[in-house]
Amino acid sequence: MISYLTAPVIVASLSGILAALITVIDRIVNNYGEVQININSGKRIIPVKGGNNLLLSLSENKIYLPSACGGRGSCGACKAKVVSDAGPLLPTEMPYLSRQEIDGRIRLSCQVKVKSDIDIEVPEELFNIKRFSGVVERITDLTHDIKEVFIKFDDDTIDFSAGQYAQLEVPPYAKIKESTQRAYSISSNPSLKNGIEFIIRLVPAGIVTTYVHNFLKIGEKVKAVGPFGDFEIRQTEATMVWVAGGSGMAPFKSMIYDLKEKNATGRPIWYFFGARSLKDLFYLEEMKNIEKEFPDFHFIPALSEPLPEDNWKGETGLITDVLRKYMKNEIGNAKEREGYLCGSPGMIDACVNVMTSEGIAQDKIYYDKFA
Amino acid sequence: MTPLVSPLALFFASIFTSNILLANFLGMCSFISISRDFNSSRGLGLAVTVVLSVTSIVNWFVLKYILIPFDLLYLRFIVFIIVIAAVVQILEMIIERISQNLYMTLGIFLPLITVNCAILGVVLFIDIRNYSLVQTFFYGVGSGLGWWLAIVLLAAIREKVDKAPVPAGLKGIGITLITIGFMAMAFVGFSGMINVQ
Repeated sequence: MISYLTAPVIVASLSGILAALITVIDRIVNNYGEVQININSGKRIIPVKGGNNLLLSLSENKIYLPSACGGRGSCGACKAKVVSDAGPLLPTEMPYLSRQEIDGRIRLSCQVKVKSDIDIEVPEELFNIKRFSGVVERITDLTHDIKEVFIKFDDDTIDFSAGQYAQLEVPPYAKIKESTQRAYSISSNPSLKNGIEFIIRLVPAGIVTTYVHNFLKIGEKVKAVGPFGDFEIRQTEATMVWVAGGSGMAPFKSMIYDLKEKNATGRPIWYFFGARSLKDLFYLEEMKNIEKEFPDFHFIPALSEPLPEDNWKGETGLITDVLRKYMKNEIGNAKEREGYLCGSPGMIDACVNVMTSEGIAQDKIYYDKFA
Repeated sequence: MTPLVSPLALFFASIFTSNILLANFLGMCSFISISRDFNSSRGLGLAVTVVLSVTSIVNWFVLKYILIPFDLLYLRFIVFIIVIAAVVQILEMIIERISQNLYMTLGIFLPLITVNCAILGVVLFIDIRNYSLVQTFFYGVGSGLGWWLAIVLLAAIREKVDKAPVPAGLKGIGITLITIGFMAMAFVGFSGMINVQ
């Protein structure tokens, strides 16, 4: 009479037994006890539960390596130097590591399992990296497709240098099933520590940019991880050539206000900003004001396709042509020059070519590519 | 039904005359995709052999002591798959703990194998042909070795083919399928030596 129950009961108990078996074996086999992660030869030693991957073990101890994919081995950002033996390089890591990196014992931390005591080396700045939670305090439309977002932290402060970036995390929405992180340059002034500001351009089909432009509301809770990156002003006397396009304004905005505040604008700065037409330009007034205050700062906006109604009197043409013109004339006499670029990979590659052909050494050119 | 086939004959038959890949065409997907690389093929072949040896025995017990007594044969597909998945999971954990090198050569392929039809196919043949435990063991190991032999052979041939002037339209999967066809024909040459069907 209960014969129809036999099948489900038997299949369920069989699955149950197997699941229990797996759990028990997992407990026994994957129990590595407590192990130690030794960071930067003894600078910090943290005890962790063995068996997890390095990225997770570190983040549980509030040390955040950059990671855009959340540990699935698909972004290649979470590189760290593993000094001790942590097993052979996995095929999942190969695509993200260059020959030099492999020789230099660099590994993808999300693929390295911490099974025994491990010695690693990470950049000292990483200890500064935190996961911030805050609320959106302000959203400003800078242009038709660029928004500026200010996030005020709940009860935390950030230490960063102008030019660094942070990862903004947005919750699942519409068809996107998991929360997603993307990296954006911080546009706020480093002296402002209780929050950060991003300049975000709408990227067609971009997961985070679409959310920011269409869903993000004032007062909403968001999370950010940072700061990351080594895009910052080098301490030299060289003339600086800045080139940006679109939301590439962000790091330079942070830099110029930082210099202004520290009254350190003695170095000549040439800031080229490329846009299509007048409706893609922003912060024109602000930059002009700084120009008035500091004679060594030159802001040169260039439009590639100005509309007749723009009444554009400034530079016209591709940013590379405008850059080349100035490099040949005004900036040509400077003894030492450094290039700083932020924008799309295409723009950066083209402008780096102009800079090198005009005599700036490759290793004096610094950039942040939007990938 | 020939329950009287000697286990040794069965062992060799499953490698040569009724090779699970080249006579029954089971486990083709990984056969075609992994054979691109010789070392991976070796690892995957080894993994298939290990998994087949273990799962065919485990599933034989499940079949004889659970499915048949309770008259649940109609559930065998799902039950066999559950058992295979669990066994593979356990094997992977143990191998990873025991030896990092073994894990590198064999362990990373294990998740691929859960859905390899050769594994399920062998178990179903064991049921259909009503093998004893000893026969099951030899048939399982033999099928695994046969699979290993076939993929290593194919990988070796493909290394040669890569250097050959293959017509553009046949490059890749096309020429691979033709190669497999020739291999299958060659293995047919063994048939008739031992008959186990």
